[in-house]
Amino acid sequence: MSRLLNPHTKQKTLFERRWLKLARPFIIIFALIATWQLIVTLTGAPKYMLPPPADVWTTLIKRHAVLFDHAQYTIAETVIGLFAGAALGTLAAIPMALFTPVRFWLMPILLVSQAIPFFALAPLLVLWLGFGLASKIAMAALIIFFPVTVAFFDGLARTEPGWLDLARTMGASRWRLLTHIRLPAALPAFASGFRVATAVAPIGAVIGEWVGSSHGLGYLMLHANARVQIDMVFACLLILCAFSITQYFIVDRVLRAALPWQPDSLKPVR
Amino acid sequence: MTDTKQPTRSASNPTQFDIHLRGARVAFGGADIFHDLDLTLQAGSFTCLLGPSGVGKSTLLRYLAGLEQGDVSGNITCSDGFPLTGRVAYMAQQDLLLPWRNVRENVELGAILRGERPDHDQSERLIADVGLTDAAYLRPAKLSGGMKQRAALARTLMEDRPVVLMDEPFSALDPVNRLRLQELAAKVLRGKTVLLVTHDPLEALRLGDHVHVLSGTPASLRNAVTPTGQSPRNISDPAILAQQAELLRQLGADMAEAAI
Repeated sequence: MSRLLNPHTKQKTLFERRWLKLARPFIIIFALIATWQLIVTLTGAPKYMLPPPADVWTTLIKRHAVLFDHAQYTIAETVIGLFAGAALGTLAAIPMALFTPVRFWLMPILLVSQAIPFFALAPLLVLWLGFGLASKIAMAALIIFFPVTVAFFDGLARTEPGWLDLARTMGASRWRLLTHIRLPAALPAFASGFRVATAVAPIGAVIGEWVGSSHGLGYLMLHANARVQIDMVFACLLILCAFSITQYFIVDRVLRAALPWQPDSLKPVR
Repeated sequence: MTDTKQPTRSASNPTQFDIHLRGARVAFGGADIFHDLDLTLQAGSFTCLLGPSGVGKSTLLRYLAGLEQGDVSGNITCSDGFPLTGRVAYMAQQDLLLPWRNVRENVELGAILRGERPDHDQSERLIADVGLTDAAYLRPAKLSGGMKQRAALARTLMEDRPVVLMDEPFSALDPVNRLRLQELAAKVLRGKTVLLVTHDPLEALRLGDHVHVLSGTPASLRNAVTPTGQSPRNISDPAILAQQAELLRQLGADMAEAAI
């Protein structure tokens, strides 16, 4: 305790903190793998139920060409779906915030769209859009659409009233009020929605692949599962996790860099 | 931080018209905040509006600014025959600076919102007048409370409107900064018609050519005191201190009446 209070050791604790920051992801990963191995050892689960980490690692290395090939599809579907869904959400949120009648008509439709279970929608999308990328992109976009729309609309609806008063006395046009005050003011809210969307986007793509496809990690998992290649299923899951986390951090960094003025009392997780 | 440069632009262009408010009425939820209210703002004069919290001072100011919509009636005329709309600059208690724009971009906001090309020379001059030259390219988050309100004052002046309506613009500042900003405001707003809402009798006496008190439900206006001499007045002047005591007595009586 006294070491923490001593100002002369401040430099050292700072250094230790930096070291900890770099080591943290590895510590977390190590802890998770150790837990996994522990469960395998304690339960004595057979390999076709729960393969040990080492087996999955071997599969990752040995079959990396196949995994990489299929991962490309899933990543492309997710990223395109993410941007398509975010674009649609933006296009829905702005008119809803600007025009009251649009809000009254669109909001119930939005809620109905959320009441439909996405899993049930996937076969229809495959039927309509085919086995290729389009149906998976649509699936990801659909999942993303709602959080982005709601978050952005909320942000647009909550413009500081004082700014609106000020703009009115300045003789602002509705359009300029939107582009120079309401939209920038709503960007932090949009960013929150987009972060959530980033985290859920791969789910849409993988569900789409499960239902009907000839490529992608979801497809690979389904077939590996059917042939009791559980190590392969886990390898796919690991890649999905790694991709989701990477994507989230890239998006988070870009959003933070784009909104440096946003008040932020919490340190970003690195 | 105190400014030595004397702004010339607003002083060279004094406001020429009186504003007459007749039979003003504003109601919220069926209850009149005030009705049948008359007020004259003389051309180029600085009027301060005092009164207990919640009596409707801000509402009256917002009514003049055209910001009160809904259950509103009354007549605002200008002695030159033109409407008041579009000739008013508004400054609120919060600085209302946009956090994503730096000081200069905030000062130039009005032009941007009207789709005009901002006059950079003028904005730089006004930023210098309020003593923010070194902070002109900083975002509001990097400014102190006093600096933010200076930036808001520069933005108000940048509008170059003949009438300035201010809603407790200095009330969130510490006493020293408040005195400095009052001094600055008195200087840069000279020649404009100003209505300043405040709850601080001393502020009203330092700055106002006329001091009115709004009180009661529904609220009515009365001309409380007329300070003499050039503003900003010295806060240690015995005459000012005597008038402050008188104003406090009146405001106290108003509050006692409201309690009954």
